[in-house]
Amino acid sequence: MSTTVIPHDLEPHPLTGMYNGKFGIWLFLASEVMLFGALFSTYVLLRVGAPPGQWPAHGSEILNVPLATLNTAVLIGSSVTMVMSWAALKMKKLGAARVWLTVTFLCAGAFLVVKYFEYTDKFSHYQVWLNEPIKVGEHEVTTIKGHLTADCPKLEVSEKNGAYSVTEHVMITPDAEPGGHAHGEAVKIEASKVKRISNFGPRHSPYLATYFTMTGLHGLHIVGGMVVILYFILTGGSIWKRSQEKYTNRIECTGLYWHFVDLVWIFLFPVLYLL
Amino acid sequence: MSGHHDHSHGHGDHGHDLPFWRKYIFSVDHKVIGCQYTFTALLFLFFGFTLMMIMRWQLAYPGQPIPFIGKYLSDDIAADGVLVGDGYNAFGAMHGTIMVFLAIVPLGVGGFGNYILPLQIGAPDMAFPKLNMASYWVYFCGGVTMIASFFIKGGAAASGWTSYPPLSVFASSGQTMWLWGMVLLITSSLLGSVNFIVTTVQMRVKGLSFFRLPFFVWAQLVTSFLLLLAFPPLEAAGVLQLMDRLAGTSFFMPSGLVYATEPQNQLAGGGSPLLWQHLFWFLAHPEVYVLILPAMGIVSEIIATNTRKPLWGYKSLVYSAIFLGFMSFIVWAHHMFMTGMGTTLSTFFQATTMIISVPSVIILTCLILSLYGASIRFNVPMLFALAFLPMFAIGGLTGLPLGLTASDIHLHDTYYVIGHFHYVVAPGTIFAIFAGIYYWFPKVTGRKMSEFLGKLHFWPSFLFINAVFMPMFFQGMAGLLRRQYDQTEQLHGAVAHGLTKMSSYGAWLLAIAQLPFIINFFYSMFAGKKVGANPWESTTLEWAAPSPPPHGNFDKTPVVYCGPYEYSVPGKSKDYCPQHVAQEA
Repeated sequence: MSTTVIPHDLEPHPLTGMYNGKFGIWLFLASEVMLFGALFSTYVLLRVGAPPGQWPAHGSEILNVPLATLNTAVLIGSSVTMVMSWAALKMKKLGAARVWLTVTFLCAGAFLVVKYFEYTDKFSHYQVWLNEPIKVGEHEVTTIKGHLTADCPKLEVSEKNGAYSVTEHVMITPDAEPGGHAHGEAVKIEASKVKRISNFGPRHSPYLATYFTMTGLHGLHIVGGMVVILYFILTGGSIWKRSQEKYTNRIECTGLYWHFVDLVWIFLFPVLYLL
Repeated sequence: MSGHHDHSHGHGDHGHDLPFWRKYIFSVDHKVIGCQYTFTALLFLFFGFTLMMIMRWQLAYPGQPIPFIGKYLSDDIAADGVLVGDGYNAFGAMHGTIMVFLAIVPLGVGGFGNYILPLQIGAPDMAFPKLNMASYWVYFCGGVTMIASFFIKGGAAASGWTSYPPLSVFASSGQTMWLWGMVLLITSSLLGSVNFIVTTVQMRVKGLSFFRLPFFVWAQLVTSFLLLLAFPPLEAAGVLQLMDRLAGTSFFMPSGLVYATEPQNQLAGGGSPLLWQHLFWFLAHPEVYVLILPAMGIVSEIIATNTRKPLWGYKSLVYSAIFLGFMSFIVWAHHMFMTGMGTTLSTFFQATTMIISVPSVIILTCLILSLYGASIRFNVPMLFALAFLPMFAIGGLTGLPLGLTASDIHLHDTYYVIGHFHYVVAPGTIFAIFAGIYYWFPKVTGRKMSEFLGKLHFWPSFLFINAVFMPMFFQGMAGLLRRQYDQTEQLHGAVAHGLTKMSSYGAWLLAIAQLPFIINFFYSMFAGKKVGANPWESTTLEWAAPSPPPHGNFDKTPVVYCGPYEYSVPGKSKDYCPQHVAQEA
């Protein structure tokens, strides 16, 4: 016997009712639960332990809920198309399965594109904390949120920890107030008055740090899933020709992973955007 | 299988016509991968030991140039041959990291698990051979990353193997390398553990029910579950620390932090240093059992074979191992009694810690009772296995005062702690690993290691390893703190300095005592006495395969007829009944 035959490579084991690959992917997902579980625990611990006011009352104060709702729909849709692909393979329709896989792939791509716009929006949005209150319009404020104007001098970036600092002054257009006023006039703030300046990136606050880390890691999982799906779209024909069952099983395992990635988002969406 | 699988291998899976690099370098054969793990991990073991021998010089002779190798070290590590403080910190951190993550775990799980487990369950290979290969190479890359960090600006990670923030976040870029290295090692052990569990559950041969599995397989199974479920939180923690270091977040950075007299007001603050400790120890306590369970498995096999008796209380051993695995997830904060996390939490973790000592004691008791009334063969593997028992007992029992919150106040962060866990891991696990190497060497090579050189290895090692670690208990109780660069700066350290020197000489002599092993290992590989498939007259399935087993392991897939330790069954002509031999009614 020269070829190593791995038992239960295709046929289910009577004890578990699963072939090796399916059992393996379930175990892998168990470890993924622990990974994201640790991050969700981090979120709970940091938020519960934070002083009042440090975390936004609702994520929607900072994040874009309509876009995230759209993304939720896209991702759930991609789970459906993933199942359709597997169902088509079970009915021996390779062509249809590949079409469904492609739709899944495109949905994942759409999710990332939306995410890209969400991210870049945050990175161009700034907050300045001031040493002493200044007057903006009718109000005295100690912090201003807004966009830097085009003629604002470049911020200095610390080599040591990447923190921003102001060299001469900063020009910022404050955000419109929730009441509906138009954007205010740009405000000029001298460097000596600036306590801290940051964009709404990860360094802004523990809330945004959690947001970027968790959605970033989730995004990497999406990218990983896309690579696998693309691989099976491209190589589908040759694997199918060798063993239809093998290819079907692989799509089933990919689907299990894909549903898990969706499920993580279904937890992330309310936790980060709504609560 | 319908023949489609080998298509991906290009031109078939014939062991003999694969090119060299496919057969020995990028092999998918679990036996080759097991050997790769063993060789690599033994090299790391030696490297980690060397770091420690250099540190022991600084401890014994503070401020004096290191003999022989001092002049070859860079000025960042040793100025004019004298180990500097930063170098000492880096060596300490890397000694811990290398020994735990690159040496002991890869030996116990990657090496022995990979080689022996599929054989003991009668499988032709692991369930996912390519994943198995990936697991080794990811581990290898993790190791290279760790070693490479010695050569970058600022040197290797120097924040201890525990990498506590906030200091680790301010540390030089060696710490970033450490975190990337850990991410790779965690990925490797994840791939490995999935493979082990699937293989054990799905690929047992006909007749091999769970309660006919050798205890070694049980130990590996529980270990794999620990690796699978405990490592991801550390991966999460690693990602968070990378974010703190690279993206300027404040997961572990509290508000109002001042570092090196500079207020860190450009940080958002609001993070929690304790969060890291919780996530880290959530891995690192199960990790202790990842270190010890494979060792218990190895020792059980050797004791059963060499006492010619069934293991006493096989089912108690199995249930204890499972319970141990479960409990190890809820004891982690006993490493944090002194952090001010609160007495309520401390009390809870004190209670669970006392509970987890029960299954450990059951396992040890079963193994000791197995010796009772036996006509023991005192060969080299058995000597190491027998030495494991009292050494592990010392290590385990000295842990109890650390697990009780009151006595921990005195002993925390002293040399007592170092003595405690080194007794578990060094004369404990490492001795078990040596026992395993002597025991399974004939299976891997078809040749036996020299008994004489083996005994020349065992007795001095046993003596000197105790000389290294026994003094630490007394030093620790006298209040000597760990992680000190120069112990003589404080009076009580200066008083205990004689014991420090004893430890250091013990370490250097221990190194010399390994020479017979190294000679024996390579000599026996080529010129050892040739033996048959079952030189120890053992019962488990790995001895049913030829020595060394070919690609695919067994000439004919075995069928199992009885339990794993059917030794000295009354009324039989031989004193052992192999699992794959049908019993006459």
